[in-house]
Amino acid sequence: MKCMHCEKPATFHITELTGPEPRELHLCEDHARQYLTQPDEAESSSPATLAGAVAQQLKVGQTAEELARLDQQACPVCGITFFEFRNQGRLGCPHDYVAFESELEPLILNIHGENRHVGKLPRRAPGTIESQTELIRLRREMKEAIDREQYEHASNLRDQIRRLEDQSAGQDS
Amino acid sequence: MKSNETLNRLTGQCGEWLRGSGPESDIVISSRIRLARNLADFPFIRKCTPHDRSAIERTVREKLLPAKELSQLMYVNVDGLENLDRQFLVERQLISRELAESVGARSVAIDEQEKFSLMVNEEDHLRIQVMKSGLDLDQAWEQINEIDDILEARLRYAFHRRLGYLTACPTNVGTGMRVSVMVHLPALVLTRQLDRVFRSLQKISLAVRGLYGEGSQSMGDFYQVSNQITLGRSEIDLIKQVGDVVPVLIDYERRARNLLFSQSEKDLHDRVSRAYGILCTAQTISSEETMHLLSSVRMGINLGLIRDLEIPTINQLFIHTQPAHLQRIHGSELDTENRNIERAIYLQRHLRQGRQADGSETN
Repeated sequence: MKCMHCEKPATFHITELTGPEPRELHLCEDHARQYLTQPDEAESSSPATLAGAVAQQLKVGQTAEELARLDQQACPVCGITFFEFRNQGRLGCPHDYVAFESELEPLILNIHGENRHVGKLPRRAPGTIESQTELIRLRREMKEAIDREQYEHASNLRDQIRRLEDQSAGQDS
Repeated sequence: MKSNETLNRLTGQCGEWLRGSGPESDIVISSRIRLARNLADFPFIRKCTPHDRSAIERTVREKLLPAKELSQLMYVNVDGLENLDRQFLVERQLISRELAESVGARSVAIDEQEKFSLMVNEEDHLRIQVMKSGLDLDQAWEQINEIDDILEARLRYAFHRRLGYLTACPTNVGTGMRVSVMVHLPALVLTRQLDRVFRSLQKISLAVRGLYGEGSQSMGDFYQVSNQITLGRSEIDLIKQVGDVVPVLIDYERRARNLLFSQSEKDLHDRVSRAYGILCTAQTISSEETMHLLSSVRMGINLGLIRDLEIPTINQLFIHTQPAHLQRIHGSELDTENRNIERAIYLQRHLRQGRQADGSETN
Protein backbone atom coordinates (compact mmCIF):
# COMPACT_ATOMS: atom_id res chain seq x y z
CA MET A 1 0.00 0.00 0.00
CA LYS A 2 1.32 3.44 -0.89
CA CYS A 3 1.46 6.50 1.36
CA MET A 4 -1.59 8.75 0.94
CA HIS A 5 0.62 11.75 0.28
CA CYS A 6 3.51 10.40 -1.79
CA GLU A 7 4.75 7.37 -3.73
CA LYS A 8 6.60 5.73 -0.83
CA PRO A 9 5.14 2.59 0.77
CA ALA A 10 2.88 3.26 3.74
CA THR A 11 4.52 1.85 6.89
CA PHE A 12 2.21 3.56 9.38
CA HIS A 13 -1.46 2.63 9.40
CA ILE A 14 -3.28 5.02 11.66
CA THR A 15 -6.92 4.87 12.67
CA GLU A 16 -7.85 8.29 13.95
CA LEU A 17 -10.73 7.95 16.36
CA THR A 18 -10.88 11.46 17.75
CA GLY A 19 -13.03 13.07 15.06
CA PRO A 20 -16.77 12.57 14.49
CA GLU A 21 -15.99 9.63 12.18
CA PRO A 22 -13.06 7.21 12.40
CA ARG A 23 -10.50 8.03 9.77
CA GLU A 24 -7.97 5.69 8.16
CA LEU A 25 -4.54 7.07 7.41
CA HIS A 26 -1.82 5.20 5.53
CA LEU A 27 1.44 7.10 5.68
CA CYS A 28 5.14 6.72 4.96
CA GLU A 29 7.60 7.44 7.75
CA ASP A 30 8.12 11.09 6.78
CA HIS A 31 4.45 11.90 6.48
CA ALA A 32 3.64 9.98 9.67
CA ARG A 33 6.15 12.11 11.57
CA GLN A 34 4.73 15.21 10.01
CA TYR A 35 1.19 14.17 10.86
CA LEU A 36 2.04 13.22 14.42
CA THR A 37 3.98 16.37 15.18
CA GLN A 38 1.09 18.59 14.17
CA PRO A 39 0.37 19.97 17.65
CA ASP A 40 -3.42 19.80 17.56
CA GLU A 41 -3.79 16.34 16.12
CA ALA A 42 -1.11 14.70 18.25
CA GLU A 43 -2.22 16.19 21.53
CA SER A 44 -5.87 15.49 21.03
CA SER A 45 -5.32 11.82 20.25
CA SER A 46 -5.66 9.52 23.21
CA PRO A 47 -2.80 7.10 23.85
CA ALA A 48 -5.19 4.27 22.99
CA THR A 49 -5.24 5.20 19.31
CA LEU A 50 -2.65 4.02 16.81
CA ALA A 51 -1.61 7.62 16.41
CA GLY A 52 -0.92 7.70 20.14
CA ALA A 53 1.05 4.49 20.11
CA VAL A 54 3.12 5.43 17.11
CA ALA A 55 3.70 8.83 18.64
CA GLN A 56 5.04 7.12 21.73
CA GLN A 57 7.20 4.99 19.54
CA LEU A 58 8.51 7.91 17.56
CA LYS A 59 8.65 10.68 20.05
CA VAL A 60 8.13 10.01 23.71
CA GLY A 61 11.52 9.79 25.40
CA GLN A 62 13.22 9.08 22.13
CA THR A 63 16.00 11.30 20.96
CA ALA A 64 17.18 11.17 17.36
CA GLU A 65 20.07 9.07 18.61
CA GLU A 66 17.83 6.49 20.21
CA LEU A 67 15.69 6.31 17.12
CA ALA A 68 18.80 5.75 15.00
CA ARG A 69 19.84 2.95 17.35
CA LEU A 70 16.40 1.38 17.08
CA ASP A 71 16.56 1.64 13.32
CA GLN A 72 19.89 -0.17 13.23
CA GLN A 73 18.68 -3.14 15.25
CA ALA A 74 18.93 -6.19 13.04
CA CYS A 75 17.28 -9.61 13.12
CA PRO A 76 19.99 -12.20 13.85
CA VAL A 77 18.29 -14.71 11.54
CA CYS A 78 17.67 -12.80 8.30
CA GLY A 79 19.71 -9.64 8.90
CA ILE A 80 16.92 -7.15 8.12
CA THR A 81 17.15 -3.89 10.10
CA PHE A 82 14.15 -2.25 11.74
CA PHE A 83 14.80 0.74 9.47
CA GLU A 84 14.38 -1.46 6.38
CA PHE A 85 11.08 -2.77 7.70
CA ARG A 86 9.81 0.72 8.49
CA ASN A 87 10.76 1.88 5.03
CA GLN A 88 9.27 -1.00 3.09
CA GLY A 89 6.50 -2.24 5.34
CA ARG A 90 7.47 -5.89 4.90
CA LEU A 91 9.34 -8.11 7.34
CA GLY A 92 12.32 -10.26 6.36
CA CYS A 93 11.60 -13.57 8.12
CA PRO A 94 9.36 -15.16 10.77
CA HIS A 95 11.98 -14.48 13.45
CA ASP A 96 11.51 -10.69 13.05
CA TYR A 97 8.36 -11.05 15.16
CA VAL A 98 10.67 -12.15 17.99
CA ALA A 99 13.63 -9.88 17.20
CA PHE A 100 11.50 -6.71 16.98
CA GLU A 101 8.85 -7.82 19.45
CA SER A 102 8.78 -4.63 21.53
CA GLU A 103 8.63 -2.40 18.44
CA LEU A 104 6.01 -4.48 16.63
CA GLU A 105 3.75 -4.99 19.62
CA PRO A 106 2.13 -1.51 19.62
CA LEU A 107 1.81 -1.64 15.85
CA ILE A 108 0.06 -5.02 15.94
CA LEU A 109 -2.21 -3.92 18.79
CA ASN A 110 -3.26 -0.88 16.85
CA ILE A 111 -3.89 -2.67 13.58
CA HIS A 112 -5.86 -5.53 15.12
CA GLY A 113 -6.87 -4.29 18.56
CA GLU A 114 -5.58 -7.62 19.91
CA ASN A 115 -2.24 -9.35 20.26
CA ARG A 116 -3.24 -12.98 20.65
CA HIS A 117 -4.22 -15.46 17.96
CA VAL A 118 -7.41 -17.36 18.78
CA GLY A 119 -7.98 -19.09 15.44
CA LYS A 120 -6.82 -22.29 13.82
CA LEU A 121 -3.83 -24.17 15.24
CA PRO A 122 -1.45 -26.36 13.26
CA ARG A 123 -2.01 -30.07 13.83
CA ARG A 124 1.60 -30.75 14.79
CA ALA A 125 2.91 -28.72 17.70
CA PRO A 126 5.11 -25.90 16.41
CA GLY A 127 8.53 -25.48 18.01
CA THR A 128 9.94 -22.12 19.05
CA ILE A 129 10.48 -19.55 16.32
CA GLU A 130 14.24 -19.96 16.86
CA SER A 131 14.07 -23.67 16.10
CA GLN A 132 11.61 -23.17 13.23
CA THR A 133 13.90 -20.65 11.52
CA GLU A 134 17.22 -22.41 12.15
CA LEU A 135 17.64 -23.27 8.47
CA ILE A 136 17.25 -19.61 7.46
CA ARG A 137 19.94 -18.62 9.97
CA LEU A 138 22.37 -21.39 8.98
CA ARG A 139 22.02 -20.67 5.25
CA ARG A 140 22.78 -17.00 5.85
CA GLU A 141 25.76 -17.84 8.02
CA MET A 142 27.09 -20.17 5.34
CA LYS A 143 26.78 -17.47 2.71
CA GLU A 144 28.63 -15.03 4.94
CA ALA A 145 31.37 -17.60 5.63
CA ILE A 146 31.83 -18.10 1.90
CA ASP A 147 31.99 -14.33 1.36
CA ARG A 148 34.73 -14.16 4.02
CA GLU A 149 36.48 -17.15 2.39
CA GLN A 150 36.13 -19.22 5.61
CA TYR A 151 35.58 -22.37 3.64
CA GLU A 152 36.06 -24.88 6.44
CA HIS A 153 33.42 -23.15 8.57
CA ALA A 154 31.15 -22.93 5.51
CA SER A 155 31.53 -26.64 4.90
CA ASN A 156 30.57 -27.44 8.52
CA LEU A 157 27.53 -25.24 8.16
CA ARG A 158 26.61 -26.96 4.91
CA ASP A 159 26.65 -30.33 6.67
CA GLN A 160 24.39 -28.99 9.41
CA ILE A 161 22.02 -27.55 6.80
CA ARG A 162 21.85 -30.87 4.95
CA ARG A 163 21.12 -32.74 8.15
CA LEU A 164 18.30 -30.35 8.99
CA GLU A 165 16.92 -30.44 5.46
CA ASP A 166 16.90 -34.25 5.53
CA GLN A 167 15.18 -34.27 8.90
CA SER A 168 12.62 -31.80 7.66
CA ALA A 169 11.96 -33.86 4.50
CA GLY A 170 11.65 -37.01 6.65
CA GLN A 171 9.07 -35.40 8.92
CA ASP A 172 7.02 -34.06 6.08
CA SER A 173 6.67 -37.12 3.91
CA MET B 1 -0.02 -29.61 -19.06
CA LYS B 2 2.06 -26.72 -20.44
CA SER B 3 1.27 -23.18 -19.33
CA ASN B 4 0.06 -22.22 -22.78
CA GLU B 5 -2.32 -25.16 -23.00
CA THR B 6 -3.67 -24.27 -19.57
CA LEU B 7 -4.26 -20.67 -20.62
CA ASN B 8 -5.93 -21.76 -23.86
CA ARG B 9 -8.21 -23.99 -21.87
CA LEU B 10 -9.10 -21.18 -19.46
CA THR B 11 -9.77 -18.82 -22.38
CA GLY B 12 -12.34 -21.22 -23.77
CA GLN B 13 -14.23 -21.76 -20.53
CA CYS B 14 -16.08 -19.81 -17.88
CA GLY B 15 -15.05 -19.87 -14.23
CA GLU B 16 -17.35 -21.65 -11.80
CA TRP B 17 -17.74 -18.49 -9.72
CA LEU B 18 -19.32 -16.66 -12.71
CA ARG B 19 -22.10 -19.14 -13.23
CA GLY B 20 -24.52 -16.90 -11.34
CA SER B 21 -25.95 -19.62 -9.14
CA GLY B 22 -25.53 -19.82 -5.40
CA PRO B 23 -27.47 -17.87 -2.77
CA GLU B 24 -28.34 -14.21 -3.47
CA SER B 25 -26.57 -14.34 -6.82
CA ASP B 26 -28.63 -11.44 -8.24
CA ILE B 27 -26.54 -9.14 -6.04
CA VAL B 28 -23.67 -11.24 -4.72
CA ILE B 29 -21.29 -12.26 -7.51
CA SER B 30 -18.84 -14.31 -5.50
CA SER B 31 -17.56 -15.24 -2.05
CA ARG B 32 -13.84 -15.59 -1.64
CA ILE B 33 -11.55 -16.59 1.20
CA ARG B 34 -7.77 -16.42 1.05
CA LEU B 35 -5.17 -17.61 3.53
CA ALA B 36 -1.61 -16.28 3.70
CA ARG B 37 0.97 -18.87 4.75
CA ASN B 38 4.77 -18.93 4.90
CA LEU B 39 7.24 -21.79 5.06
CA ALA B 40 9.39 -21.76 8.20
CA ASP B 41 12.52 -22.86 6.31
CA PHE B 42 12.81 -19.74 4.15
CA PRO B 43 12.98 -15.98 4.70
CA PHE B 44 9.92 -13.93 3.73
CA ILE B 45 9.85 -12.99 0.05
CA ARG B 46 11.65 -9.67 0.23
CA LYS B 47 14.69 -11.31 1.85
CA CYS B 48 14.66 -14.31 -0.50
CA THR B 49 17.54 -14.83 -2.89
CA PRO B 50 16.61 -16.00 -6.42
CA HIS B 51 17.80 -19.41 -5.25
CA ASP B 52 15.40 -19.30 -2.26
CA ARG B 53 12.48 -18.37 -4.51
CA SER B 54 13.17 -21.28 -6.85
CA ALA B 55 13.62 -23.62 -3.88
CA ILE B 56 10.22 -22.56 -2.42
CA GLU B 57 8.52 -23.17 -5.73
CA ARG B 58 10.18 -26.54 -6.15
CA THR B 59 9.39 -27.57 -2.56
CA VAL B 60 5.72 -26.67 -2.92
CA ARG B 61 5.39 -28.44 -6.25
CA GLU B 62 7.22 -31.59 -5.13
CA LYS B 63 5.32 -31.90 -1.88
CA LEU B 64 1.90 -31.23 -3.35
CA LEU B 65 2.02 -33.22 -6.57
CA PRO B 66 1.71 -36.58 -4.79
CA ALA B 67 -1.34 -35.40 -2.82
CA LYS B 68 -4.24 -37.24 -4.35
CA GLU B 69 -6.67 -34.41 -3.58
CA LEU B 70 -4.52 -31.92 -5.49
CA SER B 71 -3.52 -34.11 -8.43
CA GLN B 72 -5.89 -32.33 -10.83
CA LEU B 73 -4.27 -28.92 -10.39
CA MET B 74 -2.84 -27.09 -13.38
CA TYR B 75 0.51 -25.43 -12.59
CA VAL B 76 1.36 -22.19 -14.40
CA ASN B 77 4.88 -20.78 -14.24
CA VAL B 78 4.01 -17.08 -14.00
CA ASP B 79 7.64 -15.98 -14.41
CA GLY B 80 7.73 -17.58 -17.86
CA LEU B 81 4.54 -15.91 -19.14
CA GLU B 82 4.17 -12.96 -21.49
CA ASN B 83 2.78 -9.76 -19.97
CA LEU B 84 -0.52 -10.27 -21.74
CA ASP B 85 -0.99 -13.73 -20.25
CA ARG B 86 -0.20 -12.52 -16.76
CA GLN B 87 -2.78 -9.77 -17.21
CA PHE B 88 -5.25 -12.41 -18.40
CA LEU B 89 -4.88 -14.31 -15.11
CA VAL B 90 -5.37 -11.06 -13.14
CA GLU B 91 -8.58 -10.28 -15.05
CA ARG B 92 -9.72 -13.80 -14.30
CA GLN B 93 -9.11 -13.20 -10.55
CA LEU B 94 -6.78 -16.20 -10.41
CA ILE B 95 -3.67 -14.20 -9.53
CA SER B 96 -3.13 -10.80 -7.91
CA ARG B 97 -1.62 -7.78 -9.59
CA GLU B 98 1.28 -8.09 -7.16
CA LEU B 99 2.08 -11.59 -8.42
CA ALA B 100 1.72 -10.47 -12.05
CA GLU B 101 3.99 -7.47 -11.66
CA SER B 102 6.77 -8.81 -9.43
CA VAL B 103 9.93 -10.52 -10.70
CA GLY B 104 11.59 -13.88 -10.07
CA ALA B 105 10.38 -17.47 -9.67
CA ARG B 106 6.65 -17.49 -8.95
CA SER B 107 3.69 -19.57 -10.00
CA VAL B 108 0.04 -20.39 -9.56
CA ALA B 109 -1.76 -23.71 -9.29
CA ILE B 110 -5.38 -23.66 -10.47
CA ASP B 111 -8.10 -26.28 -10.33
CA GLU B 112 -10.02 -27.09 -13.49
CA GLN B 113 -13.17 -25.26 -12.46
CA GLU B 114 -11.29 -22.18 -11.20
CA LYS B 115 -12.74 -22.57 -7.73
CA PHE B 116 -9.33 -22.76 -6.14
CA SER B 117 -5.97 -21.16 -6.78
CA LEU B 118 -2.66 -21.31 -4.97
CA MET B 119 -0.19 -18.49 -5.60
CA VAL B 120 3.43 -19.25 -4.80
CA ASN B 121 5.88 -16.41 -4.00
CA GLU B 122 3.43 -13.52 -3.86
CA GLU B 123 3.77 -11.21 -0.83
CA ASP B 124 3.79 -14.41 1.24
CA HIS B 125 5.16 -17.78 0.15
CA LEU B 126 1.63 -19.14 -0.25
CA ARG B 127 -1.65 -17.44 -0.93
CA ILE B 128 -4.45 -19.98 -0.98
CA GLN B 129 -7.77 -18.84 -2.44
CA VAL B 130 -11.20 -20.43 -2.76
CA MET B 131 -13.98 -18.77 -4.79
CA LYS B 132 -17.67 -19.62 -4.77
CA SER B 133 -20.55 -18.29 -6.80
CA GLY B 134 -23.04 -16.21 -4.79
CA LEU B 135 -23.01 -15.81 -1.00
CA ASP B 136 -21.48 -19.03 0.23
CA LEU B 137 -18.78 -18.24 2.80
CA ASP B 138 -19.37 -21.32 4.96
CA GLN B 139 -18.71 -23.69 2.07
CA ALA B 140 -15.70 -21.60 1.01
CA TRP B 141 -14.25 -21.88 4.53
CA GLU B 142 -14.90 -25.60 4.73
CA GLN B 143 -13.04 -26.13 1.46
CA ILE B 144 -10.10 -23.84 2.12
CA ASN B 145 -9.66 -25.22 5.63
CA GLU B 146 -9.48 -28.71 4.18
CA ILE B 147 -6.93 -27.64 1.54
CA ASP B 148 -4.89 -25.84 4.21
CA ASP B 149 -4.82 -29.07 6.26
CA ILE B 150 -3.58 -30.99 3.22
CA LEU B 151 -0.81 -28.43 2.63
CA GLU B 152 0.06 -28.27 6.31
CA ALA B 153 0.55 -32.01 6.48
CA ARG B 154 3.25 -31.67 3.83
CA LEU B 155 4.84 -28.26 4.44
CA ARG B 156 6.24 -26.63 7.58
CA TYR B 157 4.41 -23.34 8.15
CA ALA B 158 5.88 -20.51 10.23
CA PHE B 159 3.65 -20.35 13.32
CA HIS B 160 4.04 -18.37 16.53
CA ARG B 161 2.29 -19.68 19.64
CA ARG B 162 0.88 -16.28 20.55
CA LEU B 163 0.66 -14.49 17.19
CA GLY B 164 -0.50 -17.38 15.01
CA TYR B 165 0.45 -17.73 11.36
CA LEU B 166 3.31 -15.35 10.62
CA THR B 167 3.09 -13.16 7.53
CA ALA B 168 5.40 -10.73 5.72
CA CYS B 169 3.13 -7.81 6.64
CA PRO B 170 1.86 -7.49 10.23
CA THR B 171 -1.57 -6.54 8.84
CA ASN B 172 -2.15 -10.22 7.93
CA VAL B 173 -0.70 -11.95 10.99
CA GLY B 174 -2.81 -14.36 13.07
CA THR B 175 -5.31 -16.14 10.86
CA GLY B 176 -3.73 -14.80 7.65
CA MET B 177 -7.29 -14.74 6.39
CA ARG B 178 -9.08 -12.29 4.13
CA VAL B 179 -12.79 -12.89 3.52
CA SER B 180 -14.20 -10.98 0.54
CA VAL B 181 -17.68 -10.86 -0.88
CA MET B 182 -18.12 -9.22 -4.28
CA VAL B 183 -21.42 -7.40 -4.61
CA HIS B 184 -23.12 -5.62 -7.50
CA LEU B 185 -24.74 -2.39 -6.27
CA PRO B 186 -25.97 -0.38 -9.28
CA ALA B 187 -29.12 0.98 -7.57
CA LEU B 188 -27.21 2.27 -4.55
CA VAL B 189 -24.83 4.01 -6.96
CA LEU B 190 -27.74 5.48 -8.96
CA THR B 191 -29.53 6.72 -5.85
CA ARG B 192 -26.25 8.10 -4.42
CA GLN B 193 -26.50 6.18 -1.17
CA LEU B 194 -23.25 4.30 -1.45
CA ASP B 195 -20.99 6.60 0.57
CA ARG B 196 -23.29 6.49 3.54
CA VAL B 197 -23.46 2.71 3.44
CA PHE B 198 -19.69 2.32 3.13
CA ARG B 199 -18.96 4.74 5.94
CA SER B 200 -21.01 2.60 8.28
CA LEU B 201 -19.07 -0.50 7.17
CA GLN B 202 -15.75 1.15 7.91
CA LYS B 203 -16.90 1.84 11.44
CA ILE B 204 -17.00 -1.88 12.07
CA SER B 205 -13.51 -2.47 10.59
CA LEU B 206 -14.65 -3.75 7.22
CA ALA B 207 -12.92 -2.57 4.05
CA VAL B 208 -14.59 -1.79 0.75
CA ARG B 209 -12.59 -2.10 -2.45
CA GLY B 210 -13.11 -2.07 -6.19
CA LEU B 211 -13.33 -5.09 -8.50
CA TYR B 212 -9.61 -5.91 -8.50
CA GLY B 213 -8.87 -5.36 -4.84
CA GLU B 214 -6.65 -2.93 -3.04
CA GLY B 215 -6.32 0.43 -4.73
CA SER B 216 -8.51 -0.50 -7.70
CA GLN B 217 -11.36 1.64 -8.96
CA SER B 218 -14.84 0.34 -8.89
CA MET B 219 -15.88 -0.81 -12.34
CA GLY B 220 -19.37 -1.81 -13.35
CA ASP B 221 -20.70 -1.00 -9.84
CA PHE B 222 -18.90 -3.99 -8.34
CA TYR B 223 -17.52 -3.72 -4.83
CA GLN B 224 -15.68 -6.09 -2.54
CA VAL B 225 -16.42 -6.09 1.17
CA SER B 226 -13.74 -7.68 3.33
CA ASN B 227 -12.36 -7.93 6.87
CA GLN B 228 -9.42 -5.73 7.86
CA ILE B 229 -8.52 -7.41 11.13
CA THR B 230 -6.87 -10.84 11.03
CA LEU B 231 -5.68 -11.32 14.63
CA GLY B 232 -7.55 -11.90 17.90
CA ARG B 233 -10.66 -13.38 16.32
CA SER B 234 -11.26 -16.89 15.08
CA GLU B 235 -11.76 -17.63 11.40
CA ILE B 236 -15.42 -18.41 12.08
CA ASP B 237 -15.91 -15.04 13.81
CA LEU B 238 -14.25 -13.15 10.96
CA ILE B 239 -16.42 -14.95 8.42
CA LYS B 240 -19.50 -14.20 10.49
CA GLN B 241 -18.62 -10.51 10.66
CA VAL B 242 -18.49 -10.20 6.86
CA GLY B 243 -21.32 -12.68 6.37
CA ASP B 244 -23.63 -10.76 8.71
CA VAL B 245 -23.20 -7.47 6.92
CA VAL B 246 -23.84 -8.76 3.40
CA PRO B 247 -27.59 -9.40 3.90
CA VAL B 248 -27.86 -5.80 5.09
CA LEU B 249 -26.17 -4.59 1.90
CA ILE B 250 -28.43 -6.83 -0.17
CA ASP B 251 -31.45 -5.40 1.58
CA TYR B 252 -30.32 -1.79 0.93
CA GLU B 253 -29.68 -2.56 -2.74
CA ARG B 254 -33.05 -4.32 -3.18
CA ARG B 255 -34.83 -1.40 -1.55
CA ALA B 256 -33.03 1.08 -3.79
CA ARG B 257 -34.02 -1.02 -6.83
CA ASN B 258 -37.65 -1.12 -5.71
CA LEU B 259 -37.59 2.61 -5.12
CA LEU B 260 -36.23 3.29 -8.60
CA PHE B 261 -38.77 0.89 -10.03
CA SER B 262 -41.76 2.36 -8.23
CA GLN B 263 -40.81 6.01 -8.71
CA SER B 264 -39.71 5.96 -12.31
CA GLU B 265 -40.25 2.64 -13.95
CA LYS B 266 -40.26 4.16 -17.44
CA ASP B 267 -36.95 5.97 -16.88
CA LEU B 268 -35.37 2.86 -15.46
CA HIS B 269 -36.69 0.67 -18.28
CA ASP B 270 -35.43 3.26 -20.77
CA ARG B 271 -31.95 3.33 -19.20
CA VAL B 272 -31.69 -0.45 -19.20
CA SER B 273 -33.01 -0.82 -22.77
CA ARG B 274 -30.68 1.85 -24.12
CA ALA B 275 -27.71 0.17 -22.45
CA TYR B 276 -28.74 -3.14 -24.01
CA GLY B 277 -29.23 -1.44 -27.38
CA ILE B 278 -25.78 0.12 -27.39
CA LEU B 279 -24.08 -3.11 -26.37
CA CYS B 280 -25.86 -4.98 -29.21
CA THR B 281 -25.13 -2.46 -31.92
CA ALA B 282 -21.97 -0.47 -31.10
CA GLN B 283 -19.19 -0.72 -33.67
CA THR B 284 -16.43 0.33 -31.30
CA ILE B 285 -16.61 0.47 -27.50
CA SER B 286 -14.19 0.99 -24.59
CA SER B 287 -13.83 -1.35 -21.65
CA GLU B 288 -15.11 1.31 -19.28
CA GLU B 289 -18.29 1.99 -21.24
CA THR B 290 -18.87 -1.74 -21.62
CA MET B 291 -18.67 -2.31 -17.85
CA HIS B 292 -20.97 0.61 -17.22
CA LEU B 293 -23.62 -0.58 -19.68
CA LEU B 294 -23.36 -4.25 -18.69
CA SER B 295 -24.07 -3.14 -15.14
CA SER B 296 -27.40 -1.60 -16.23
CA VAL B 297 -28.27 -4.67 -18.28
CA ARG B 298 -27.47 -6.94 -15.34
CA MET B 299 -29.82 -5.00 -13.11
CA GLY B 300 -32.42 -5.00 -15.92
CA ILE B 301 -32.37 -8.79 -16.07
CA ASN B 302 -32.78 -9.04 -12.28
CA LEU B 303 -35.75 -6.66 -12.38
CA GLY B 304 -37.41 -8.55 -15.21
CA LEU B 305 -37.00 -5.64 -17.64
CA ILE B 306 -34.88 -7.79 -19.94
CA ARG B 307 -36.24 -11.29 -20.34
CA ASP B 308 -34.20 -12.78 -23.16
CA LEU B 309 -30.79 -12.94 -21.43
CA GLU B 310 -29.50 -14.73 -18.37
CA ILE B 311 -27.13 -13.59 -15.64
CA PRO B 312 -24.27 -16.02 -16.42
CA THR B 313 -24.02 -14.59 -19.96
CA ILE B 314 -23.59 -11.08 -18.54
CA ASN B 315 -21.23 -12.19 -15.74
CA GLN B 316 -19.02 -13.80 -18.35
CA LEU B 317 -19.09 -10.73 -20.61
CA PHE B 318 -17.80 -8.56 -17.74
CA ILE B 319 -14.64 -10.65 -17.66
CA HIS B 320 -14.27 -11.71 -21.28
CA THR B 321 -14.48 -8.15 -22.68
CA GLN B 322 -11.48 -7.00 -20.65
CA PRO B 323 -8.32 -6.13 -22.58
CA ALA B 324 -6.17 -9.23 -22.05
CA HIS B 325 -9.13 -11.59 -22.48
CA LEU B 326 -10.10 -10.01 -25.79
CA GLN B 327 -6.57 -10.28 -27.09
CA ARG B 328 -6.21 -13.90 -26.03
CA ILE B 329 -9.57 -14.73 -27.61
CA HIS B 330 -8.54 -12.87 -30.77
CA GLY B 331 -5.22 -14.71 -30.77
CA SER B 332 -2.90 -11.71 -31.06
CA GLU B 333 -2.03 -8.38 -29.47
CA LEU B 334 -4.27 -5.45 -30.39
CA ASP B 335 -3.88 -1.71 -29.87
CA THR B 336 -6.62 0.22 -28.07
CA GLU B 337 -8.46 1.20 -31.25
CA ASN B 338 -8.59 -2.35 -32.55
CA ARG B 339 -9.45 -3.70 -29.13
CA ASN B 340 -12.49 -1.45 -29.01
CA ILE B 341 -13.62 -2.73 -32.42
CA GLU B 342 -12.97 -6.34 -31.42
CA ARG B 343 -14.91 -5.78 -28.17
CA ALA B 344 -17.94 -4.47 -30.08
CA ILE B 345 -17.88 -7.50 -32.38
CA TYR B 346 -17.53 -9.86 -29.41
CA LEU B 347 -20.45 -8.24 -27.58
CA GLN B 348 -22.72 -8.37 -30.63
CA ARG B 349 -21.96 -12.02 -31.23
CA HIS B 350 -22.38 -13.14 -27.63
CA LEU B 351 -25.49 -11.13 -26.86
CA ARG B 352 -27.09 -12.62 -29.98
CA GLN B 353 -26.02 -16.14 -28.94
CA GLY B 354 -27.20 -15.44 -25.39
CA ARG B 355 -30.62 -14.45 -26.71
CA GLN B 356 -30.90 -17.56 -28.86
CA ALA B 357 -29.78 -19.80 -26.04
CA ASP B 358 -31.78 -18.28 -23.24
CA GLY B 359 -35.21 -17.78 -24.71
CA SER B 360 -37.29 -16.67 -27.62
CA GLU B 361 -39.13 -13.82 -25.98
CA THR B 362 -37.72 -10.48 -27.07
CA ASN B 363 -38.09 -7.14 -25.45
